[in-house]
Amino acid sequence: MSIDTSRVADSNTTNAATPKKPAKAGAVANWADERLGLGSMMKKNLRKVFPDHWSFMLGEIALWSFVVLLLTGVFLTLFFDPSMAEIDYQGSYDPLRGVEMSRSMASTLDISFDVRGGLLMRQMHHWAAMIFIASMMIHMMRVYFTGAFRKPRELNWVIGCLLLLLGTLEGFTGYSLPDDLLSGTGVRAADGFLKATPVVGSYMSFFLFGGEFPGDSIIPRLYTIHILLIPGLLLGLIAAHMLLLVYHKHTQWPGPGRTEENVVGFPMLPVYAAKAGGFFFIVFGATAVMGGLLTINPVWKFGPYDPTKVTAGSQPDWYMGWPDGLLRIIPGWETTLFGEPISWNIMLPILIVPPLMLTVLILLPFIEAWITGDKREHHLLERPRNAPTRTAVMVSLMTFYGLAWAAGGNDIIAIKLDLSINQITYFMRGAVFIGPAIAFYITRRWCISLQRHDEGKLLHGYETGIIMRSAEGGYSERHLPISEAEAYTLTARDREVPWTPTATTDENGVAAPGGRLDGIRSKLSTLMYADNIQKPTAAELEEAHHHAEHEHALTAALDGHSADGHQFDGHHAVEGETLRGEDH
Amino acid sequence: MRFLNRSAGRLSRHRRAPLAGLVVLLLGLLFTGGLYSAFSPGAQADETSTTAEDIQSGKELFINGCSFCHGQNGEGVLTENGTQYGPALTDVGAASVDFQVGTGRMPLAQPGQQAVRKPAIYTDEEIRQLAAYVDSLGTGPAIPTEADYTLPETNEDGSAFDREAAISRGGQIFLTNCTACHNFSGSGGAMPRGGFAPPILDVDSKYIYEALLTGPQSMPTFSNGNLTPDEKRDVIAYIRTLEEQPTYGGFGLGALGPVAEGLFAWVVGIGGLLGFAIWIAAHTTRSTKSKPGAIVEQGDLT
Repeated sequence: MSIDTSRVADSNTTNAATPKKPAKAGAVANWADERLGLGSMMKKNLRKVFPDHWSFMLGEIALWSFVVLLLTGVFLTLFFDPSMAEIDYQGSYDPLRGVEMSRSMASTLDISFDVRGGLLMRQMHHWAAMIFIASMMIHMMRVYFTGAFRKPRELNWVIGCLLLLLGTLEGFTGYSLPDDLLSGTGVRAADGFLKATPVVGSYMSFFLFGGEFPGDSIIPRLYTIHILLIPGLLLGLIAAHMLLLVYHKHTQWPGPGRTEENVVGFPMLPVYAAKAGGFFFIVFGATAVMGGLLTINPVWKFGPYDPTKVTAGSQPDWYMGWPDGLLRIIPGWETTLFGEPISWNIMLPILIVPPLMLTVLILLPFIEAWITGDKREHHLLERPRNAPTRTAVMVSLMTFYGLAWAAGGNDIIAIKLDLSINQITYFMRGAVFIGPAIAFYITRRWCISLQRHDEGKLLHGYETGIIMRSAEGGYSERHLPISEAEAYTLTARDREVPWTPTATTDENGVAAPGGRLDGIRSKLSTLMYADNIQKPTAAELEEAHHHAEHEHALTAALDGHSADGHQFDGHHAVEGETLRGEDH
Repeated sequence: MRFLNRSAGRLSRHRRAPLAGLVVLLLGLLFTGGLYSAFSPGAQADETSTTAEDIQSGKELFINGCSFCHGQNGEGVLTENGTQYGPALTDVGAASVDFQVGTGRMPLAQPGQQAVRKPAIYTDEEIRQLAAYVDSLGTGPAIPTEADYTLPETNEDGSAFDREAAISRGGQIFLTNCTACHNFSGSGGAMPRGGFAPPILDVDSKYIYEALLTGPQSMPTFSNGNLTPDEKRDVIAYIRTLEEQPTYGGFGLGALGPVAEGLFAWVVGIGGLLGFAIWIAAHTTRSTKSKPGAIVEQGDLT
């Protein structure tokens, strides 16, 4: 092989090597570095390593759909008029011409019909919003199921939960802006929720709406919240979320060469820059295709909001669906206290359960850390099956969410599946309680069964699909040992020990402070771990391998041969063949 | 068409008057049009032409097909515990019969929460006779004529009729009175206990008008005092507009509102992007181009 000498230094003796003329990009980079000092920072971060797994890209969907939201949102602000002043619509959409409506509704129609590309932008913005929140949720589930929320990432979990909450509020304030019949119905509902708050309800409603509903302040106020307040908070929290990601380094799946101290993967440049950058264009493209081909929120059919009108199929966007579902199935409970009605039927599903669920969500990492007593840092992920109780808790929460969500679409389910809306309601009333319990039990046992399967693979090897018949005529499947790398991956997890209180009483028999709480903690810890299958010990593995080798030795003579007797099956030449047993 | 082609038919031009061809054409049109109007069933469907024979034939049809539930004289049948087996038809009018039988809801295929739309069992002529018979039992709205549910070309004073204003008016009436059950796009909605407000986009204007007049099943009756005949006509014009206008935003997802949109966001949006995420993560830095002297990595670097 010839060596291209033009590329190496032209001297290694007494004369200094002359550097080549720098490339243009290099010159620009040098100019910037000398003024901004980017070099030292970039040097480190451009080589930052990220591990590769499809599930690590879910948060990226959220990030990129947020970028799409910013881009399309800026376009929409150029044409949207957030005013509740009534005007006579005189735009291009014939069936509404001459109808009185607010300027916000009229300008939404103008964006849809009279601004070039406006409808595409509106639909892209709306689809991106739906995908933004959905991808935050699946990202959150990934983080939870793999144990990526554990120390040191608890605060990033909290930030993520806040992002989910803010995203939901951002969505609500956004789809309320057009002031159409559907969103107006939603704002009217929100007014009712505020008013259901005991004592201060009507004051809060008057404060928000600047007087009696609907007033003429709500749209401009929602607009400020939608384009300034919440996006600002979202941007700040997203920045914090990602800075913490860089600071903590990304978690990785266990495997040979991967430890709690390193990150195995590809560097930011060129691999991740290309992958992540490419993914942005894919998310943008997918949103554009949806915005271009699928109708979302056809405001022209809803017409302007008018409190005397309502339409069947009045639902909020999907992420508000589950409280709406709870609202739909709750019995009409009301009590009277000091002559004032307390509307439990509104307070429970809207003002109590959703904030409670969010609190539970935020606290999950802290609750788990308290139960397990685990204060170590974790950078290696856990498979969902290896934390059966944790996995079951999330599936249980998801089942509750899913059932409440489905209840929010009870009317559509009723007409599309020919069911009675009343029967759906009665079913859901029970199912939201029973369903999560069943889901918890099934998931936990399922995970433990999968753990047993892993244990079987470690101790007895994988199933080869080769069926052996013994001399007695019994059949068994041949197992072969798994590779060392696979065995390493399967055993790269902690042996779990239920937490036990150190001492409940001191030497004088006086209960230690917090003794009762310790008891609960110990019980919970036992519940969490007791049924799990722990990885086999070295001795167990040794014995299993020994056993396997012994078995293998018994059948080794037959490897590569057909079973004895087959030589006389009429398909083979029999010259020189004997029954093998005669050899020994 | 030789008689209209002067240059080709020079001989004919000399033998006949110049306008003879046109006169023959007009006569022919008049003749066929006259024949059509004399024999077509549509021309006779005018309620004014119901005769005693119609009522008699209708009665025979009624005895055979309807009396089991509605009674031999349309007086209705009560069950042992006092509920209605089939309601009395003495004052429902011809419009009700035309709607129920014309849309196939009657005769019922099976008892249920609600009669469903299906292909009509009776012919148009038989429906007309049935309606004539039931109408003769008492009072009730008559079958509307086409002029009742079609926007006119001109006003009564001969000035041009403002179709757009009528449709826009109809839209507001639609949103006030109809969408609560039938949905903003006429896609239908759920009613209590398995009932439903059916989709109304592909329903004949005549049947919509009759439904408004008679209030079938869970639907309220929109009497002329409630919605004037002109308002009914405008609502129907708006429904026709909804049907004819393009779905401006692309595929309409069944026009069911945010539930369908949420389903698409998850299945198409998140489902598709998950597929892309898996695809991207499955590709590493491996190079398939082999350059002379370059190290060729076998398989993934991971």
